[in-house]
Amino acid sequence: MSFLEKLKPDFWDYHDIAAGSHKRLFNFRRMWKLTVFLTAGVALIPLISLTVVDYHVTQRSVASENLLRTARLVSNTRRSVFYFFEERRAALEFLVRHYTFAALNERGTLDRLLKDLKESFSGFTDLGLIDPLGYQRGYAGPFDLLGVDYSLQDWYREVCKKGIYISDVFLGFRQAPHMVIAVKRSLPNGSFYVLRATIDTMKFQGLLSGLEMAGKGDAFIINRQGILQTPSLYHGRALQKLSLPVPEHAPKTRVFETKDANGAPIIIGYRYIDDTPFILMVVKQKRGLMKAWRETRTELLIFLGISILIISGVVIWMATYLVNRIFIADQKRIATLHQVEYSNKMASIGRLAAGVAHEVNNPLAIINEKAGLIKDLFVFKKEYAGDEKLLGLVDAILASVKRAGTITKRLLSFSRHSEIRIQHIDLKELLQEVLGFFEKEAEYRSIDISIDVAPYTPVIESDRSKLQEIFLNLANNACLAMENGGHLNIRIAPEGLKNVKVTVSDDGCGIAKQDLDRVFEPFFSTRTRQGGTGLGLSLTANFVRELGGEITVESEPGKGTTFTVILPVAMERKEGNNT
Amino acid sequence: MRVLLIDDEEELVSTLAERLSFRGIDADWATSGKEALEKAAITSYDIAVVDIKMPRIGGIELKRMMSRQHPHMKFIFMTGHGSEEDFRTGSEEAGAEYYLVKPVDIEELTRKLKKVMSRQGGAQ
Repeated sequence: MSFLEKLKPDFWDYHDIAAGSHKRLFNFRRMWKLTVFLTAGVALIPLISLTVVDYHVTQRSVASENLLRTARLVSNTRRSVFYFFEERRAALEFLVRHYTFAALNERGTLDRLLKDLKESFSGFTDLGLIDPLGYQRGYAGPFDLLGVDYSLQDWYREVCKKGIYISDVFLGFRQAPHMVIAVKRSLPNGSFYVLRATIDTMKFQGLLSGLEMAGKGDAFIINRQGILQTPSLYHGRALQKLSLPVPEHAPKTRVFETKDANGAPIIIGYRYIDDTPFILMVVKQKRGLMKAWRETRTELLIFLGISILIISGVVIWMATYLVNRIFIADQKRIATLHQVEYSNKMASIGRLAAGVAHEVNNPLAIINEKAGLIKDLFVFKKEYAGDEKLLGLVDAILASVKRAGTITKRLLSFSRHSEIRIQHIDLKELLQEVLGFFEKEAEYRSIDISIDVAPYTPVIESDRSKLQEIFLNLANNACLAMENGGHLNIRIAPEGLKNVKVTVSDDGCGIAKQDLDRVFEPFFSTRTRQGGTGLGLSLTANFVRELGGEITVESEPGKGTTFTVILPVAMERKEGNNT
Repeated sequence: MRVLLIDDEEELVSTLAERLSFRGIDADWATSGKEALEKAAITSYDIAVVDIKMPRIGGIELKRMMSRQHPHMKFIFMTGHGSEEDFRTGSEEAGAEYYLVKPVDIEELTRKLKKVMSRQGGAQ
């Protein structure tokens, strides 16, 4: 909290009560907020929008690049797989066209052909020759299948109908995955025969597993019922049911996004391989594919974060700096306004005071003379002499006139601007002279008066009579505030190089907090009953200001009051003021 | 010693004159510059106590006029305006012997009048 308090600029909690609303041009906090939000908005909104747009564009392009790559992979692999079947089909096709049934049925022909096929094309396991009735007439291979009747089997019916048959993959007797390709040779006389070959599918398993794919890619073949024809890395073993649904038939390569059984996003590319029961599928984990994108995204977000931090920092600093400047300027403006207002007020009070004093002075003089005459009559004329009571009354009138005279004199000196005469003044000497007036009183009331002078206190240039008036007033106030046996301490010390500070402290009754602000106001007095005019401190403050100084007051009720007067060591000389 | 008191307040000057007479000073009075000039033409006064601020003919102007006709005459100024120090500067140029601030203290006025007289007597 205290750290925040320290950071808080001066203008944040500023409320100028004295100046009134019409004199305050600016709401600084609002101005600061407006500056910060507008500047930050103008700088950050385009930055954030650009980043968001870039984010989406990059993400989309990475995603579409992934789809495209998958599609390419699928169609290339499809070609390889397709040619694998096509090659073997074409080889069998060639054999049935080249050899007649009789030639194939000759002893040793099939064995020789199987050997040649194994050498030319990999994967052939056995060869069988079937007559139109469905009996296997010739066989070359590891098993004894001669004479087997295939006429009722589905594949035989299909090859008779379509001329070619490619089977699903199945586990052979040796638990190795196999498939069957059969071709039919129709003769011009309407007869036909069928050549059947079993092919080990390990070869095209290798074709698929050898594919290099990013992002946990998986390429495999399924049949139309969704049974895996080749093993898959992540979606089931060979001849098991695929954990994903079978994609719908499409004449061309197709790529789409979906979710796997665990809910992870995947990209699936597939192609129905023509003339076979097979569907080639490539499944990729989207997460793995987007890894590069995620790195880019992290960089992008770090860049954005740092930019926002820097921009916000600069904006806040700038706004605070500028508004503070304006605030200081405004403060100065208000202070000047106050000063002008104060001087005007003092001038009007001065004029009013002079007018009143002057008007009151004449009747006062008459009262004075008339009362004086009465007194004279008592003193000088025998017929009036001796009446003590009347004499007492006249003395009371004269005393009151004298008091009224003091007030009018003060009022007049209030409005007066007599010339300042600058002299070199030793403050200690001057204060001793002033305190001389209080010697008697201090003695009677056993008030302790002391003057401390700090070393190196310079002699100052100032107006002697004004200084006398200032300190006479302050000392007088202190004496009035103190009970018998009080202490009055005056301290003189240098204040920086250019000023001297004089503090006048008493341990008297003090000044109430609510009165503290008003003690320098003219006609403000707490001693009106004891004959205070309320002009003393106001005059004192005026004089201090005239001498280019400052006066402040600190007080605690019951403990005492300290007036601090700061006076410049050197006065600015005006023309004709030289001593 | 003959003294002429001049002030536009008749009540003031008449009382002052009477009070001075108790103190052995023979004082006459006038309430305007014009009247003062007339009285001075008839009677010879040693000292004039003049209020600086008076309607029509002011104290300083009156002094100039009277000094021309009666070069031996001395002047004491009175004022109800400003403090002693304040009008000292103004009246010094006018060449007054003394300057008093109203309300005037009768004992002080008496002392000053006697001082002026004794100086004049000493000089003559």
